[in-house]
Amino acid sequence: MDEGRKIRVLVAKPGLDGHDRGAKVIARALRDAGMEVIYTGLRQTPEQIVAAAIQEDVDVVALSSLSGAHGYLFPKVAKLLKERGIDDVLVIGGGVIPEDDFPELKAAGIAEVFTPGTSTAEVIDYIREHIKR
Amino acid sequence: MALEDIVRRALAREVRAVSRLISIIEDRLEGFERAYAEIYPHTGRAHIIGITGPPGSGKSTLVDKLAMEYRKRGLTVGVVAVDPTSPFSGGALLGDRLRMQRHVLDDGVFIRSMGTRGRLGGLSRATSGAVDVLDAAGYDVVLIETVGVGQSEVEIASLADTVVLIQVPGLGDDIQVIKAGIMEIGDLFVVNKKDRPGVERVMAEIRTALELSEMSCVEGSWVPPILLTMAETGEGVAEVVDACGEHLKHLGEEGLAERRLRRARAETMEIASQRIWQGLSERPGASEEAQRLAEAVAARKADPYSAAAALYRLLVQ
Repeated sequence: MDEGRKIRVLVAKPGLDGHDRGAKVIARALRDAGMEVIYTGLRQTPEQIVAAAIQEDVDVVALSSLSGAHGYLFPKVAKLLKERGIDDVLVIGGGVIPEDDFPELKAAGIAEVFTPGTSTAEVIDYIREHIKR
Repeated sequence: MALEDIVRRALAREVRAVSRLISIIEDRLEGFERAYAEIYPHTGRAHIIGITGPPGSGKSTLVDKLAMEYRKRGLTVGVVAVDPTSPFSGGALLGDRLRMQRHVLDDGVFIRSMGTRGRLGGLSRATSGAVDVLDAAGYDVVLIETVGVGQSEVEIASLADTVVLIQVPGLGDDIQVIKAGIMEIGDLFVVNKKDRPGVERVMAEIRTALELSEMSCVEGSWVPPILLTMAETGEGVAEVVDACGEHLKHLGEEGLAERRLRRARAETMEIASQRIWQGLSERPGASEEAQRLAEAVAARKADPYSAAAALYRLLVQ
């Protein structure tokens, strides 16, 4: 159990809404799937999220937003990572996000977007198949 | 990045390299032993402080405030925060950082979360590696937060120069305090959440336990101070930092050398015993033999000591 690489995931909530139930459900599900989940809590700025992702050397940054500000916050995280020359971290997003916003988010570097109703198993499989190292 | 680059940059305190090097050691990736050999000569400068105590006693919050106080005093701080790994899934929810995120944009503070990954002593196998990386990278102080401990998770005592043991009012009666184990490793006692009822009693219990210990009778020996804090508000935290400094001063060169020899011995022996175990399990037929012996023990056809002796003979023959 203590041998070899473990998938490390930073679960972060950018923005000002205080709804972290979804983030916590995902965090638990990923833990139960054998991953190491670093939970940073509410109201994180994209700068804080990226700095934490670097210190924790994570494979995945999972962003959650229910405030409607995902259109700004998610791409900002992806952009900051890119600016720091980090191209081996998978960025995914979740929350109440209209499907119309998907193309723009994906173009900005968010690999996948998960909305309410997605099973946690789908998210786990997605991560396992798409991590970059 | 090539391994040589990672090592060089980590020694120059480049955050990404420091972080990657910790992963390389933690995951035992290709070349980790070589990297370790490179950084090790640069270690031994940081003051290594362990923070331990029961779950919910305020370890993360105290670490957060200690980091703040050290920064105020112009020192850089590395933090290694350990949380339990699930014995069932192998996963972990590492939540200590939650209370330390204020420091994340300060490049004088580096925080790393770790799962215990099967270890039971309150730390993970790679904790000392992470501490060494942070030490080599030049952080002045390295704070280690153990998992929430009970009575016997005392591994921190062999890793840290100074151990801060947190207690909170209302956890148990005085027999808990007299029991061997965790109470014996504190160089400093912090009674956190001092606004709660029962503070006087906890202090009295700790004092009694310390008076009963043999060390307190030896002239010139360190008498662990008992400090009161409200980590939440930061009250009393400056005094904890002062006391950690005094403890280091009291250890002096000789005391510090003794502690570090203890750590070196424990770590070297442990790595050697892992090697021995690995050597055994790699022998042809060894795992089948181990399985066969286990079955014999379970069926009461052999006792565990004779079975272990048989397994041992397989290695040394």
